[in-house]
Parts: sequence; structure tokens; C-alpha cells
Amino acid sequence: MSDQKPKVAFYWCASCGGCEEAVIDLAEDILKVVEAVDIVFWPVALDFKKSDVEAMEDGSIAVSFINGAVRLSEQEEMVKLLRRKSQLVVAFGSCAHLGGIPGLANFWDKESIFNRAYHTTPSTDNPEGVVPQEKCTIDGKELYLPSFFNTVYALDQVIDVDYYLPGCAPPRDLIMNAVQAILEGNLPPKGSVLSPNKALCEDCDRNDTKPEKLAIKDIKRPWEVILDPEVCFLAQGVICLGPATRTGCGQRCISANMPCRGCFGPTDQVIDMGAKFLAAFASILDADDESEVEKIVETIVDPAGTFYRFSLPTSILRRRKMEEKR
Amino acid sequence: MSQQAFEPKLVGFLCNWCSYTGADLAGTARMTYAPNLRIIRVMCSGRVDPQFVLKAFQEGADGVLISGCHPGDCHYQEGNYKALRRHRLLSKMLEQFGIEKERFRLEWVSAAEGAKFQKVCNEFTEQIRKLGPLSWNGGKKNE
Repeated sequence: MSDQKPKVAFYWCASCGGCEEAVIDLAEDILKVVEAVDIVFWPVALDFKKSDVEAMEDGSIAVSFINGAVRLSEQEEMVKLLRRKSQLVVAFGSCAHLGGIPGLANFWDKESIFNRAYHTTPSTDNPEGVVPQEKCTIDGKELYLPSFFNTVYALDQVIDVDYYLPGCAPPRDLIMNAVQAILEGNLPPKGSVLSPNKALCEDCDRNDTKPEKLAIKDIKRPWEVILDPEVCFLAQGVICLGPATRTGCGQRCISANMPCRGCFGPTDQVIDMGAKFLAAFASILDADDESEVEKIVETIVDPAGTFYRFSLPTSILRRRKMEEKR
Repeated sequence: MSQQAFEPKLVGFLCNWCSYTGADLAGTARMTYAPNLRIIRVMCSGRVDPQFVLKAFQEGADGVLISGCHPGDCHYQEGNYKALRRHRLLSKMLEQFGIEKERFRLEWVSAAEGAKFQKVCNEFTEQIRKLGPLSWNGGKKNE
């Protein structure tokens, strides 16, 4: 009997583990999932090995849910293997979908990251200056580590992806809807993001408090003000990515009185989320005079990191310019 | 590529009502100027989506110019003010990507200012020639 259940795999790449938690957080619903499918690979919870996956026939896994961005050669190898073995691949969560928080490392490269992590952080205790090597010999045995890429990639920049479940982490109702759609074979066109295609502002409970014409002079970071729990964040001078972010999250941050940070990514109409938010946000700055505009812009700390918090690897530029090696 | 051989590739987004007409005037008046700017006519400088600018750099532009009506003269009242705010914020953001702010320029050129258009083209071309090629390499699989 169990042979006829669809086979499902879960895998994680460069991620925090929150997406794995999101699966566990299905709570009782996970029992429904387990009843309907056979989980054949899930490194965080079950003791299957890579060789078990290799032994499967190509295309024999119904669906692989892969979370995390791709930053190591090992991750590239594993997702390529899972792609070969799976009929469907779902990019699960912001990092697989857009590059996510690990994607912010694209403002640096391997050398500068290693230098920071292994030499210059105040907490580094590394008197011999040891840095991970891809290959070393200990007691006559050769040991290998995966290679660390200069650039972090979203999943669809490495393998073909069928569907995207957005969010950091994806909310329970979207996960259950996706699982149900897959089980029933009731799927939207390939490449769809499995969440409504409109901006968060359209659903936002605070939308009624947004003035007809927004105009901001003083930009505040959330910790600098006591935020009114009912008023539009932009009207309070706080950067909220709602206008440029896809809805479907259930306003988890908004109801915790924190502005949207953009984890659901853009709607289908947009290529580059950060640029699109920049266009919207700059146009509501309350200044017409060059020096006044410059004064306000000065107070915006880290625009790239704020506007591309979850989407740098899938933006048009994808990363900071690589320094030419001399 | 040696500095002598480098010809900057520049993309210019010119508004229909002022700057494009200004560029046209420079042409009909037979003013000569550097041929490096590839002109794209848009209805308003406020129509220039920052995505256009990023796309230009990503596809090989060494510099991008946005040119519109002088403040107060916008055909659509306030499009050029929006262009101004976006330009300043985008310039700051481009620096975080390693793209110098000199490569992204905003100029006001009216329909009567053919000579100013000529000057802007020449200046911008020389400025980028000195700065050298951008050689955008981001995001390619370069491991």
C-alpha cells in the first residue's frame, strides 16, 4: 500500500532552519501529510542518506521541497541530484525563492567573508590564522570540504524550479494549500508563486489609515519611535516594504507592530523588487529642492540592504561588483 | 582594453517634452557632440523606472543619463521632482553595488537648450572615459 503513496523529499541548503520549523509547525496537520505521502528523504528529521536518493529511479520522487539558498558546491550537487530524482521541485521559503537573508552576502565575496569570519571579528580566536581548505591531509588521509562560492544563488539559478512557496518562513495555510494542490494534481501553471498576486498593502488592516497623499520628511527606524499599532507605517515615517511585496503572509509582522521587510518577494509584474520599492518610496519623500532631497536621502541607512533584504541574488544586478583580481 | 581604445557606452533617457526636443535642436542646429550616448525617448523623466537604469548597467552601459524638464516646467507637473528624488536615492544605492555615482547623472535640459545638451553629452562622455569601463561582472557564475 505504502508503495502507492507519492514520495516526498525535504532538503535544506543555506538556511537558518526556520523552514524546517515551519513544517513541524503544521502540528496536527503534519499527520495528514504523513498519512497521504511517503517521506523518503529529510536530513533534519529522518535517517536517510544521499546514497538512498542516488539509488532511486529518476523521477520517482513526486515532489522535493527545497529550502535555503545555494552557496556551497555541496548544495549545488544535492539540489541537482534531487532535481533529477523528482517530478516537481518546490522552492520552499524566501532563501530558495529569492536568495533570502544569506543572499545579502552578495555585497561581499569569499575572500572578504573569510577574512571577516576567520580573522577580524572581535570574537575570533585564531592565532594560527587557520582558514578552511577544500582539501587537507590528516594522518595520511585526504579530507575534503565543499567549496564556498563568491556569490549566493537562489534555487532557480541552479536548477529548474516548478513552484515557489514564499515567506520567511512560509505560513501554514500556504503550505497546506500547496500540499493539497499537489496531491490533487490541481496545480497552477509552472513557475507560479503559490500566494496571491497582489501587494500586501491591498490586504493590510492599516490601509484605511494611509493618507490620500503620503509625504515623508523624517525617516525613522523602528527602534527610534514608539509605533502606533493601528496606523500605516509609512505614514509614521517608517520604511515598510508593503507596497512592493506580495501578500499572503497573513500580516504576521504587521500585527506584531513591525513593518513589512519584504520576505514574500515581488508580485509577478515586477522583475526587481528593490528598484520598484525605491521608485515608490522616493516619490513620497516630501522635498522638491535638490539639497532638501539630499538631506532626506542621507538619513536612509543602508538602502540596498533594506530594499533587497530578501531578494538580492534575484535582483537585476544580483551582487556587488566583483573586484578585479590583480 | 587600454584607456585610449575605450569608448564609453552611455544610455540616455530623455523626456519627450523638453530634453528630447533639446537634443533634436542640437541636431537641427548641426552642433557636433560626442556620439557615445544612446538615446531612449520617454514621455517624462518621472517615467524612468529604476529597473531601467539597473538593466542598462547590467547589460553593459558604462554610464546612464536621465534628462528632463527644469524644475517647475514638467509637462505632468511633478514627474521631474520624482525623477530627482529617485536619482539621489538610487545613486546612493548604486554605490553599495560598487557603481560610482558619477556613472549615473541627472540633468535638466529644456527644449531651447540644444547647446546645453551638447555640453552635457561631451562632459559626461569625457567623465566616464576618465573613470574607465564599468565591466559589470555581477551575478555570472564566476567560481
